[in-house]
Parts: sequence; C-alpha cells; structure tokens
Amino acid sequence: MNTFKFAFTGLKRDWYSGELRLIGISILIAVACLSSVSFFTDRVRRATEQQATELLAADLVLISSTKIKNEYIDNADGAGLIISLNESFRSVVVNGDNLELAEVKAVDANYPIRGNLRTSDDLFKQEQINDSIPASGTVWVDSRLLQALQVKLGESINVGAAELIVDKILTYEPDRGGDLFNIAPRLLMNRVDLDKTKLILPGSRIQYRLLLGGKSESIDLYRNQLKLDENLRLQGIKDARPEIKTALVRAEQFLGLAALVSIALAGLAIAMSAQRFAVRHYDNCAIMRCLGLQQREITQIYFYQLMMLGLICSLIGCVIGFFAQEGLNQMMIGMTQQSLPKPSWRPVLSGIFTGLITVLAFALPQLMRLRKISPLRVLRKDLTPLPLNNYVIYTVAIIALVLLSPWQSGDIALTIYTVLGLFLTALVLAVSAKLIIKLLKQLQPKLKMAARYGLANVSRRSNQSVMQIMGIGIGVTVMLLLTLVRTDLLAGWQNRLPDDAPNYFLINIQPDQVDSIRSHLSTLLNNDIALYPMIRGRLTKINERNVNPDDYENPRANRLAAREFNLSYADTMQDDNRVVAGEWWSKGENTENYFSVEEGIAETLGISIGDSLSYSIAGQEIKGKVVNLRWVEWDSFNANFFVVSNTSALKTYPSTFISSLFIPDSKRSILIELIKQYPSITVFDIDAILKQVRAIMNQVVRTVEFVFIFTILTGIAVLFAALQSTHDERTHEAALMSALGANRKQIISGLIAEFMLLGIITGILSAIAASIIELALAEYVFKMEIVINPLLWLIAPLACCLIIVATGLIGTRKVLASSPMLILRKT
Amino acid sequence: MDSNSNNIVQAKALGKQVSSPEGTLTILDDINLSIKQGESLAVIGVSGSGKSTLLGLLAGLDTPTSGEVILNSTILNDLDEDGRARIRNQSVGFVFQSFHLLPGLTALENTALPLELAGSEQADEIAKQKLADVGLSDRIHHYPNQLSGGEQQRVAIARAFASNPKILFADEPTGNLDQKTAQRIIDLIFKMNKDNGTTLVMVTHDDALASLCDRKVVMAGGQITNDT
Ligand SMILES: Nc1ncnc2c1ncn2[C@@H]1O[C@H](COP(=O)(O)OP(=O)(O)O)[C@@H](O)[C@H]1O
Ligand SMILES: [Mg+2]
Repeated sequence: MNTFKFAFTGLKRDWYSGELRLIGISILIAVACLSSVSFFTDRVRRATEQQATELLAADLVLISSTKIKNEYIDNADGAGLIISLNESFRSVVVNGDNLELAEVKAVDANYPIRGNLRTSDDLFKQEQINDSIPASGTVWVDSRLLQALQVKLGESINVGAAELIVDKILTYEPDRGGDLFNIAPRLLMNRVDLDKTKLILPGSRIQYRLLLGGKSESIDLYRNQLKLDENLRLQGIKDARPEIKTALVRAEQFLGLAALVSIALAGLAIAMSAQRFAVRHYDNCAIMRCLGLQQREITQIYFYQLMMLGLICSLIGCVIGFFAQEGLNQMMIGMTQQSLPKPSWRPVLSGIFTGLITVLAFALPQLMRLRKISPLRVLRKDLTPLPLNNYVIYTVAIIALVLLSPWQSGDIALTIYTVLGLFLTALVLAVSAKLIIKLLKQLQPKLKMAARYGLANVSRRSNQSVMQIMGIGIGVTVMLLLTLVRTDLLAGWQNRLPDDAPNYFLINIQPDQVDSIRSHLSTLLNNDIALYPMIRGRLTKINERNVNPDDYENPRANRLAAREFNLSYADTMQDDNRVVAGEWWSKGENTENYFSVEEGIAETLGISIGDSLSYSIAGQEIKGKVVNLRWVEWDSFNANFFVVSNTSALKTYPSTFISSLFIPDSKRSILIELIKQYPSITVFDIDAILKQVRAIMNQVVRTVEFVFIFTILTGIAVLFAALQSTHDERTHEAALMSALGANRKQIISGLIAEFMLLGIITGILSAIAASIIELALAEYVFKMEIVINPLLWLIAPLACCLIIVATGLIGTRKVLASSPMLILRKT
Repeated sequence: MDSNSNNIVQAKALGKQVSSPEGTLTILDDINLSIKQGESLAVIGVSGSGKSTLLGLLAGLDTPTSGEVILNSTILNDLDEDGRARIRNQSVGFVFQSFHLLPGLTALENTALPLELAGSEQADEIAKQKLADVGLSDRIHHYPNQLSGGEQQRVAIARAFASNPKILFADEPTGNLDQKTAQRIIDLIFKMNKDNGTTLVMVTHDDALASLCDRKVVMAGGQITNDT
C-alpha cells in the first residue's frame, strides 16, 4: 500500500476533524517562539557585538610588534574590508621644562572604524563627538597630559623631533583598552606627522595595529584564513575588555536559557497533545490492523504524518516568528533610538530543524504505541496498548533537548544545568504531586459539593493530574524564574553597577599623602574613600621553577608571565571578592608571606593552592605561599588586583596608592582642587567606559525581558495542552452532570474547584522549585548573591490559581456548551 | 383538557431536524404521545429510528425544532437550560446503557450526587437507603472501576431513584450486560418502579422486555408507527 499517500490524506482528514491540529499548533507556537527568539537574539547578539566593537574601534584588530606585513593588508583589502593602520608607542613629550611620558598613537583618517572619538575644549568640560582625527600638525591630548605638561590649548609641544600644536582635549577613544591603571597619559596624532617625529627607529618598542571593519561573514572568513606569525596577535570583540566580555557572555546565557526553555516547554505541549492523539486513534488503528495493515505500515503512516505536519507548521512558525521579531524590533527602535542589524537566514534553518526534531522526539514515541494496537481491540475495547514507559519518553526528550540546545544557547554547561534542572524539576513535581493528591484524597468525604467534585476529579485522574501539575508546574516554575526571579537576578547583576559606581580613579598617590587625601575627600564627598596600595612586580618563580613566558602556549598566559603587574596587600578582603578555595588569612602580624590569587589568572598560569610564588619587586625577590584563590567581580569597576598578599609581606616595598571613587557631575570641581593641591596625583576618568557598559547592560536587560515574553507564551501552550488532554472526559462529565440536573453554575463551580486545587498544588510546588533553581543559578551560573523574594510564596499559588482557572475556563468553554444529549449518543 | 391532568408527559406535534452536509435531516416527525402517571412504556424500533432522540426530548435533555413537551405540568419549551436542569433534577431519573457513573466518586457519592445538586441536607442517608434497596449496602465506598457492570448499573438505578423522581427514563439499560445480569437489572427496575410509584419510559429493542411494560410504542423512520 502507498503509505505516503495514505498518510497525506489522513493528515488532511485529521486536520479538519481537529485531531492533529493540536500537535500542529504546538509545533507552530514552538517554532514561532523559537525562531523569533533566535531571529531576535541573533540580531541582538550582533547589535551587542557591534557595540562591543566600539571598544576595539574595529571588528577585528591585528597587533604586532613589527611592521605589519603587506600581505595582511592586501588580503584584507581583497576581502573588501575597511582598513585603518596605527602605531602606538611611549615617548616623552616636552613642553618647556615639563616632561611627561605619554602613550602616543598615530592614526589615519579611517580611525576609528567603529565608535567615535570624543573631545572637549577645556578641562572637565562637556565632551563632544568628533568625526575627524587631529589635522596634520596638531595633536589631541588627554586631560592628564594637559595637566602634567601645564600646557594650554593652542600652544605647541614637542613629540620627538616634531613640534605640534595641542588642538583639543581627548576625552574618549574607543580602543583605549588595556589595563586601566598601567597606561600612561594619551596623545593622539596624525600618522602623516609620524616621520617628522623621527621616533620610528629600529629597536624602538612600537605596537603596530591593523584595524579592520566589515560584514561579520567577511570578518569571520578573513579571521579563519589568517595565518598568524609569532609577532602577531589578534583581538576580536570577545577578546575585548573583561567588563564587556562578561556582559556579552551573560546576555547570551540569558537569551540561550530563554530559547532552551521554550523548546522544552513546547516539547512538553507536543508530548501531551500526541498522547491525546494516540488515545483517540486506538480504534482507528485497531480497525486498520483488522483490515490487514502491517505494524510497519502504521509506523510509516504516522512518521510521514508527523514529518509533513512538522515541516508545514515549522515553516508557518518561522514566518510568524519573523514577523513577531520584526514587531519586537520596531518596539526596540522606539525605546533605543537605534535599529538592529538585518535578520539573517540562519534562524529559519534552525527553526525548521528544531521543529522537526522536537515533533519527532516528543510525538513519535507516543504515536509508536499505535503500532502495538491489537486488532482484537475491535472486539474487546479494553485491549489498550501498554502505556509507554515514561523513562523512554523522558530519555528521548532529554537527548533531543541536549542535541538541540547547543544550537540555541551555544553553551554546554548552561545546557546541562538547564536540562538537568528541568528533568529534576519534572521528577520532583510529579512525585510530590502524587503524594499530595493521595493525602488530599482522604479529605474528600469531608468536603462540600463543588470542592468534593473538584477533588474527586483531580484524584481520579491522578495520573493525568500529575502530568498536568508537572506540565503546568514546569511552565509556571519557568515563568516564575523568568518574572520574579529574573528580576532578582537581573537586579543583582545591575546592582553591581549601581548609579554610584566609581567613575574616577586616582592613581600615583604617594604613601605619605594617603591619610590627608582620605580625610580631604571623605569630607568633600561625604563618603568613606578606600585607598589600595599598588606594588609593581614580576612573577619569577612558581615552586622554585623559573617562569619563562615561552613555556606558555596560551597567548594570554604568555603575556601575563612576561610583564610586570600590580600587586597589593590587605588584611581584610574587598567586598566584591569571594574566596573560592582555601581561606583568607586572619588579621595581624604574620611571620609568613601569603598570597591570594584571582582564580582566572591562577588557572591560566597553572597556579594552585599551596604553591610558592616568587616575585621580583624593585630588584628584590620576595617569596610567599598561595593560601587561597579568589573570585573577583570585575564588572564592579572597583580597583581590583590579580594577586594580593598579607600586609606584613609587602608593606615595606615601594608602593603608590590607588583609589576609585564616584564623583557626581555637580561635584567635578573637586577634582580640579585636588590636582592643584596634590600635583603628583593623576586623575583617571572612566565615565565614558562606564556609560558604554551600562548602555550594553540596559539593552541586554530589555531584550531579555522581551524574549521571555515568548517563553511565557510557550508556557501557556503547555497549559492548554494539559487541559486539552482531559477535555473529552470533562465534556462527557459535564453532560452527565447536566443530565442529572446540575445547572450551569454548579458545573462551573465544580470546574473552578478542580482548577483551583490544581492551581494551589502547582503554585506551591512551583514556588519551591523556582526558589531552589534560583539559588542554584545564582550560586553556580551567575555567581551572585540574591535574596529570594518572599512574595513568591504568595504570588505563585495565587497566580497559578488565576492562570489555571482563567485558562481552564477558556479551554473548557466548549465543555460548558455541551448538550446533555451527548450522553445518550456516547456509549 | 381533563384527560390530560393525569398525563405526566405529553408530546405535541414534536419534530426534530438537524442540518447535515446533505441538507436538513428530519430525525423526528410529528410525534404525538401522552404518558399517564404510573404507566410503564416501552419504546422499540430498529437502530436509528429515533428512539434516543425522542427520549432526550421527553426528558428535557434537548430542545425540539417544532412542537412542545409538557413534563409534569411544565411546558419545557418555556424553560432555559438551567430551568430544564432543575426539572431533570427534581422530577426525572435516568438509567443509561453504559451506566455513566462519575469514575472519581464512590458508589455512595455517585448516588448522592443528584441530591447534593438539589442542596439536600440528608443526601448521604437517602443515598445509603437507596443503595440498600438495590442490594449494595456493602459496596458503598467502592469506586466504579471496582464494581462489575451489573453492580455499576445498580448504582445507576439507586442514583436514578435517589431524588424520588416522578418518571424514570431508561435508554437500553441492559444493552451492555450479559443475559443473566440483564434479567436481574430488569427485575430491579420494575420493582423499584412499583415501590416508588414511578412512571417508566424505557427504550429497548428486546421484545420480551417490552412485553413486560403496560404499553408499547414502535418507532420507524422518526415516526410512531404503532402504539399498543
Ligand atoms: N445531532 C445529530 N446530527 C445528525 N444526525 C443525528 C443527530 N442525532 C441523531 N441523529 C441521527 O438520527 C437518527 C436517530 O438517532 P437515534 O435517536 O440515536 O436513534 P436510535 O436511538 O433509535 O438508534 C440516526 O440516524 C442518527 O444518526
Ligand atoms: Mg439509541
């Protein structure tokens, strides 16, 4: 027999008789959600990356210690990329008697490819976006250099052999980058004047940069084909500043989570609908088997039907998803005054792929039961195939989720957490629901009419009720996580960058100035000012083994091993640090030297607790033991250190102090006073970077909120599917009640009682599940401290009741309209 | 008019039409029927002749397209669905071919259901009494799936009589039972009918069963072809 044709006509018939429609709609909603999520996240990801590119001034940067070979430039040119070259080096800049070591950067007209330069016309004055670069014969300097050289705008200074006029104050350059505290004052000049300076000599330490911009495909292609020689290193957007990197990673985590959860929820809805479909097809299949259809043919028919249904609905879902995300984009434009990059076609592919996998994984196992139908069923109604082993269903579902999730979230750890979390949640929900229903059953005789009827229904359909509680419970748990908990998590994240996050750093504070500056600023700013000692040192030995940069293949490790970095000492740990291994030392005089190392750098350099480290500081060697590893909240914008020792270890070494502080715009004059009083101090303005990070965060938060609306929609689909699964029974029961003389009100109150009971059980269980998951997420994934919102316990059961009663009544509208005649017709 | 006063059910020019893809389908056509208080009436006829439809209209489960039904002196046409529900609850009992017990409720709860719907205070006591009447005193806390078909039908009978109805409608009450059990159920229905002084309207295609009734109505093609 032609099973394909049969499947096709069956599909049409079942569609019109409403049988497959439920599965179809579930796929459709799922794929619409998924594709809009991935269309949108794809665009947002690229938009966010675009913002991050500003911090590189380009999409991709090649950095070299020797002149960049022409072939790199030619290749980029051939690939149609925008090219900008610059050289940067340190040089002493002179104004009369004043000398200052500055970081000089010579740029060409294409600079910066991404982002803008910002300048101002006087110290601490309002800054403006500047589309040009310094004209030939002029330079722009930052406020520090201006202060240090005691030069005024319009006057000239000497850079090497060239005499150049200071034209503007440079307040912001996109790729300032690097370690905030290690860089010298900045000077920006035109590349045309470079030769005049006579500073480019063989042997001088110059960093050559090739900045590239272009379509992300072209950039990726170029990047992949690149053969790096040893002098060259690459910087893409994700290698950019750690603050931005964290923001991007976190955005992807949130969005990936949203997408993953919608697949799981959609799968649940599909599985529930498929089960109903299968049950309703028992008789059909029994008859077909009687008429001589083979098991294999039954399998084929349903496989084809699902594939066709999956394909058609996925396509429609993609179209809906496309328009949905376009609408989303329109909303975003209104809010952000900025448009997203054009959507790419990838989400269509992933949408269809996901749709097919989801429908097959979640529906097929249910439908495969149909092949087991005994033809004898036509004679004996009770010959129902053995219910599918639940483990089989869950195993298939989990495998499907794991297969699909990297596609959506691109993060394997997150995937495993989420899938495991969902599975555990489902299991716990099911077991506790079963227990609760069993316990409640004892109450039944003591209840009044509607309540008794409701409880009777819940407990009689014990298995289905458990399924419903589980399904709706997962949906609601996720919704709780996404609404209440999301607010906690996002607030937790945003709180790291509060409105009064430090926007200025003071560096080069001499030890003998510490006390007076602290008291001076504390009174002016009405706030305690923390000052941290800073000692420059180079790591020389780990466990008596000499540290040789060349031993490290990892370029970051290589760089870290080669350069000097800042050490600090303290006896109490900073608030935004946390010990992840070992213990912090106790206060007081210690005879030994202890080190606390940031976990990231410890991993990169292969340092573990108990190792002894030797540092070379100002020509002296100091040795100490690593007693703990620390997690550092880098995005707090506080001054932080990779390596901290106990006070007694480093106190005697030459140090300067650093302080980070928040100075509101209205009090900026404090800075000018401060510089006058303590000329050796340098003020470092990070306001611009801070604004950048904050803008990205806000965008991420907003998009995450939008995206989660879709996930909540899939949650509601689960709710409907769960209700649909008992719809036929309900219809029949309502007809029977009506025949026995129940009026509309009595039937409705019976239904409401049942839904409320389901709602309360679901609500309480979901609240428990959501809080546990929230704590786990905060602890292990997002690494932040949160407080569970106590309102959860009130809102969850209340919201569940409301949602389930409302959705339930909408879903059972038809039930209420059913005529009592039905029971004379149905046997 | 006077002759009508002891008619518990009366159908006048009753018609039922439904629309189908092939046009309007007439299921019942110009049915006139009067059933006296205390009478037992069998409705027989081949499958599809409209017996269940008639039963549904007489019991106020459905509304006719033409004509009217007067049940216990109330014109059903004048009532809305809730009004008809009240009549069904107070004056009518049902026994169905496939029992139709609520599977989540025990035998006792099922039997008490119509009384509870009516807001009765003694629902449980009355239900226990009725279950005793059908011989199920020792099974009152059992659920339908713990009872045999015959036992389930007995619970249904207890439920039907729980609210002391004036009239009992039964649609092929033995259709799903083996012969021996069927006989016991029939005996029970007739006994309860007599004890409670109830009018009985029973659809069946079993001639032997029909001949136990006071009166037989034969249906064919939506019309009454014989009334003896
Ligand atoms: N709602 C309806 N729509 C279409 N046809 C119906 C409907 N109700 C009953 N019928 C048809 O009316 C005829 C009588 O049905 P029914 O009263 O159940 O017969 P019986 O109980 O005598 O077997 C049957 O042919 C049935 O298919
Ligand atoms: Mg019938």
